[in-house]
Amino acid sequence: MTQQSGRKIGGPLLKVQGISLSFGGVKALSDVSFEIRQHEILAIIGPNGAGKSSMLNVINGFYHPQSGTVTYKGATRKQMQPHEAAEQGIARTFQNIALFKGMSTLDNIMSGRLLKMKVNFFLQALYWGPAQREEIAHREVVERIIDFLEIQAIRKTPVGKLPYGLQKRVELGRALAAEPDLLLLDEPMAGMNVEEKEDMCRFVLDVNEEFGTTIALIEHDMGVVMDISDRVVVLDYGRKIADGVPDEVRANKDVIDAYLGVSH
Amino acid sequence: MLYREAGQFKASYAADQAIFPIAQDRVLMAILLVVAAVVVPLTATQYLYTAILIPSLILALAAIGLNILTGYCGQVSLGTGGFMAVGAYTAYNLFIRVPELNLLLVLLAAGAMAALVGVIFGIPSLRIKGFYLAVATLAAQFFLDWVFARVPWLYNYSPSGSVGVPDLYVFGFPVITPTQRYLFILAIVALMALVAKNLVRSSVGRAWMAIRDMDIAAEIIGIRPLQTKLSAFAVSSFYAGVSGALWAFLHLKSWEPAAFDINRSFSLLFMIIIGGLGSILGSFIGAAFILLVPIFLNQVPPALGIPLSTATISHLEFMIFGALIIFFLIVEPHGLARLWQIGKEKLRLWPFPH
Amino acid sequence: MELQDLYFLIEVIIGGLMAGVLYSLVALGFVLIFKASGVFNFAQGAMVLFAALPVVRLIEWGVPVWAAIAAAAAIMIGLAFVIERTVLRPLVNQEGIILFMATLGVTFLLEGLAQQIWGSEVYRLDIGIPTDPLFLGEILVNGFDISVAVAAGLLVAALIAFFQTTKVGRALRAVADDHQAAQSVGIPLNHIWIIVWSIAGLVALIAGIVWGSKLGVQFAMTFVALKALPVLILGGFTSIPGAIVGGLIVGAGEKLSEVYLGPIIGGGLENWFAYMLAMVVLLFRPQGLFGEKIIERV
Ligand SMILES: Nc1ncnc2c1ncn2[C@@H]1O[C@H](COP(=O)(O)OP(=O)(O)OP(=O)(O)O)[C@@H](O)[C@H]1O
Ligand SMILES: [Mg+2]
Repeated sequence: MTQQSGRKIGGPLLKVQGISLSFGGVKALSDVSFEIRQHEILAIIGPNGAGKSSMLNVINGFYHPQSGTVTYKGATRKQMQPHEAAEQGIARTFQNIALFKGMSTLDNIMSGRLLKMKVNFFLQALYWGPAQREEIAHREVVERIIDFLEIQAIRKTPVGKLPYGLQKRVELGRALAAEPDLLLLDEPMAGMNVEEKEDMCRFVLDVNEEFGTTIALIEHDMGVVMDISDRVVVLDYGRKIADGVPDEVRANKDVIDAYLGVSH
Repeated sequence: MLYREAGQFKASYAADQAIFPIAQDRVLMAILLVVAAVVVPLTATQYLYTAILIPSLILALAAIGLNILTGYCGQVSLGTGGFMAVGAYTAYNLFIRVPELNLLLVLLAAGAMAALVGVIFGIPSLRIKGFYLAVATLAAQFFLDWVFARVPWLYNYSPSGSVGVPDLYVFGFPVITPTQRYLFILAIVALMALVAKNLVRSSVGRAWMAIRDMDIAAEIIGIRPLQTKLSAFAVSSFYAGVSGALWAFLHLKSWEPAAFDINRSFSLLFMIIIGGLGSILGSFIGAAFILLVPIFLNQVPPALGIPLSTATISHLEFMIFGALIIFFLIVEPHGLARLWQIGKEKLRLWPFPH
Repeated sequence: MELQDLYFLIEVIIGGLMAGVLYSLVALGFVLIFKASGVFNFAQGAMVLFAALPVVRLIEWGVPVWAAIAAAAAIMIGLAFVIERTVLRPLVNQEGIILFMATLGVTFLLEGLAQQIWGSEVYRLDIGIPTDPLFLGEILVNGFDISVAVAAGLLVAALIAFFQTTKVGRALRAVADDHQAAQSVGIPLNHIWIIVWSIAGLVALIAGIVWGSKLGVQFAMTFVALKALPVLILGGFTSIPGAIVGGLIVGAGEKLSEVYLGPIIGGGLENWFAYMLAMVVLLFRPQGLFGEKIIERV
């Protein structure tokens, strides 16, 4: 286990308490509580259908749980809208890539900065003075992200035409462009080969280290989880069955049962 | 070898973000503008103006509006004709009730009123998507059709239901002869096309496209869906409104509500599908294309000694448009504009195929 | 209220419901296709014209009624094959909105083609549906409307029986729920499309015959068919009972508004009444009166 230096894990940034969510008869989450601490990398793991993605969807306001609360930056609420979550500094990527397929890599990442762009509509219509200056200022930030993720060559390519691994990278880029306080990653390395996975791990660790971004990620690859996360939350059939540092969780009997009981 | 970008290094992001980053494109555009503004007025015939140039420019404007809503923001509308009517009748009522108002202000007001109506009919777009919304826009079309046919105040109690305007002036200059009308329209359309281009390459445009491509992902980056969709409805209807006012005032001169019925909406939608969804240039190409097909059918077969009855021509038109829509949606959803682009790419690489 | 007024009101409602049956018939075609292939088929109205024109013209040329109808049925099934091959297959996996626009293209193609082949005037169609007026107590009812209502009822019953009891019908329902599941039923998706479009074509044929008998076979049919769209919104896009009830609501509401509201705010209300009603419903119940609410997965 690598111990990151240069950052200090602080108090809770986000806390979910007693979250229960069901769709018709399907219980996706039952009474789940845990916290995400400032500057940490938290892994959420569990067998297929355990409710991991649903949990992220609750956190950033896509799904509205039937009961339970989310406390973020000290404010407790029962539900919020996704765009409110974004305004509060929560960014995320999706399990099934959710990029804007018709737009170029550059535009996709630029769109991640929409909330930071303030010039009014009429100046944009003229594309003049402040509007142009703002575009260029944000373009510079986006270019740094493009350099960081090493995707310079596909800047102008429509993302629909990119291979899967690169799309995942662009999606991470879009989330980073928002300069989030909390970054939610839903299976960022799924379907990647070893090399791509290593790159992605490096990006995640670098983001966490350099910008102090708090990260919650879902991952199936245990090796990766044990390597990069500070703490792990385990879900099974919509319940939380374990929560702790990787070594603890690895030794937990319920966790072992849950994983042995399910074929992959 | 003429169309080369070698040696043109983009030194700054500003240059890279220009509308025409490649010098040859800038030259081409400049030439096009000079031709449109200088050569055409020196050479065009009355027929060319009134049958082709004036109508295609005006309809291109409405098509740009629809393209913003449908091509960029992904909200299908079958109500553009209705929004054009709002523009036309707003302009008409301002004109007869406040005769001293400057024509440009009248056009502005026409656009603004259409934008307002567009926003009202766009409200359901928050909760419904795709073709559901298309049905809601049909509601706008039919309701507006009815309003302008049945509310006498709006057509100034004209017994026939048809209304008209006399010769027009702007800042004391006449806009009467085809050349004058053409130049006036050209100026407005060129300006508004530039504005549209600016919008779609700014953050508003990216928000629209984000909603189009994946609305849920748009929400997580902080886009407010309702506001964004309504802004597209507003801008789109503004363009339709100005276009409607121009169509009524400077093309038809006297008109009735049927000029803006559902067929107008359909043909505008066809313009952007064939011209290119999500392309300002495509809106122009599409408008010209849709206008030229019937003219072609009317003139070419008889010239070749194959006379066609008017019924046949109209049926052929239906079939050609229908088939082309299917063709483009399958083969090239970005329409003729994309084909033009591909042609350019080829030229850029020529004579080396790769 | 005077008794006379009450009778009049009932007659208006019945007249409206009868018109509503026609809307329901067209809406039914939409629902079938939407359920099985997720395509919003704007061309359903054009298909009504496309089916009715050959019937009326062939009868005019001396072909027996049954043969004319059989020929039209064959044409509609052929059309299903052509559409599957040239439109649906190339556009598989495209977004709904693209398919919707493609069916707009199909609409124009069919309208042009039908009129070019069969003619573009108004044709009277008489296949011998009984039309004697009927008195139910004091209330006058059009015999034709009764026949149509009965026929429509039989059609719906037949469709429901088909969906509930036959293997193909069950496969169609499965495909509506889940494309993968349908594949496991063992019927290729393409065949399912052809079957559904054929059924929708036959429903269009029936609607065309009924409608044509009442109002004449003509181009304007395609516009009246647009009325089926608000019906769908009211009824929900995936519900057969919804299509029926929605059609009846629209038919009755339209007539009532025309008779009682028309004199106050001006005639021609029926052109938009149904749409406005649908808009209001959309605002409060986006899934329609009968549709199910779904939460998008992400
Ligand atoms: N929008 C929805 N509508 C209905 N059911 C849903 C919805 N979203 C999730 N579910 C159900 O909730 C349960 C949990 O799903 P979820 O996607 O959260 O699991 P997961 O842990 O992310 O699984 P995986 O590892 O396969 O991604 C599943 O049974 C799923 O079918
Ligand atoms: Mg998941």
